[in-house]
Amino acid sequence: MSVKTLKIDGIDIAIEEGATVLDAARQAGVPIPTLCHLDGVGDIGACRLCLVEVGGSRRLLPACVTEVAEGMEVQTNTPKLQEYRRMTVELLFSEGNHVCAVCVANGHCELQDVAIQVGMDHSRFTYRFPDRGVDVSHEQFGIDHNRCILCTRCVRVCDEIEGAHVWDVAQRGAACYIVSGLNQPWGEVDACTSCGKCVDACPTGAIFRKGSTTGEKERDRAKLDFLVTAREKHEWTR
Amino acid sequence: MQSPTTTKQSKAASAKEHPSGDRRFKTLDMTMKRYQYKPDALIEVLHKAQESFGYLEEDVLTYIARGLKLPLSKVYGTATFYHLFSLKPNGAHTCVVCLGTACYVKGSNKVAEELEKELGIKMGETTADGQISLMAARCIGACGIAPAVVFDGTVAGKQEPEMALTKVKEWEAE
Ligand code: SF4
Ligand code: FES
Ligand code: FES
Repeated sequence: MSVKTLKIDGIDIAIEEGATVLDAARQAGVPIPTLCHLDGVGDIGACRLCLVEVGGSRRLLPACVTEVAEGMEVQTNTPKLQEYRRMTVELLFSEGNHVCAVCVANGHCELQDVAIQVGMDHSRFTYRFPDRGVDVSHEQFGIDHNRCILCTRCVRVCDEIEGAHVWDVAQRGAACYIVSGLNQPWGEVDACTSCGKCVDACPTGAIFRKGSTTGEKERDRAKLDFLVTAREKHEWTR
Repeated sequence: MQSPTTTKQSKAASAKEHPSGDRRFKTLDMTMKRYQYKPDALIEVLHKAQESFGYLEEDVLTYIARGLKLPLSKVYGTATFYHLFSLKPNGAHTCVVCLGTACYVKGSNKVAEELEKELGIKMGETTADGQISLMAARCIGACGIAPAVVFDGTVAGKQEPEMALTKVKEWEAE
């Protein structure tokens, strides 16, 4: 396989063809904030948090779905990018109802982490306070749509790793939401194997185990990595 | 009393045939077959279903999902993404208010608001008696006569809220 060489924030990197800019940045030890990216499942470039500047392109490109190219010069932390990222996170906060103080994921939330990472201290956008509903029909789990950022990690983990495809995105625009089965209560979807991978995949407190209270949601992300390696490489590394 | 044809029918029924015996499911079968039951024919099949059933009820969506071997949530997601598909039957009368830029600027939002108030429903809903459906569109290509409203398929231009209300009240009086 051929190798591409590129520069990320001035650091020289050689990486195999087909890798993404995000892969390359990780290899170079350059942190790029992400939300919809989840190791082990396909990328879709939904959250736009990983935007970077690429020399020669006027558009900002999402690192998670941009392939490396020979001689590429990537900037990951310019003032412009910092500004955009903070705005993206602010938009996410104002779009849903993210009330950390009463959330199961408080302290273990990737949205919260990212907000801290980009230095967001308030949102300059008006909060929408949508009324999105909660589904606790499943025996073991619940989904609070108010906390959902529509990253679709649950959709992809259920489709690509578990193979059940319980979830998908329904409607469009501002009305979008994560739907289970034929818009059925989660507990009534017979495709669901109750494996709990979506709980581990969800970056926020939107999907949770029943019975956990404020700040108690801890996810076992290593489990997903383990499963993916076992599946793809037949290596059981735990 | 059992008619002899019933037994014959049930014997002939393939595993895929819809138990209701509704002919329209046959049409769906034919469409799916034409696309060799390929999952990427979903949109075409939904079109056909919308055309022959008028709307996409759960039963129909499930039938299509089974036929194309697709996850239910994916079929639901696709059906609700496109404006063209509707999951509920439309009312006997339909009223589409254009909320495209030109019409909006000319005050079609006022028309829409008044209609919602009069009918007690929101855009995209149908009155409880199944008489009138209210819908919104984004530019119907009649910008020259903005604001435009489509009453039962007929375009009416330069609509003041009162004009639209009069029309709808006629329907309500039926
Ligand atoms: S429920 Fe969680 S994992 Fe699923 S889309 Fe929403 S935030 Fe992402
Ligand atoms: S991580 Fe790249 S767009 Fe979300
Ligand atoms: S905006 Fe209404 S017809 Fe074009």
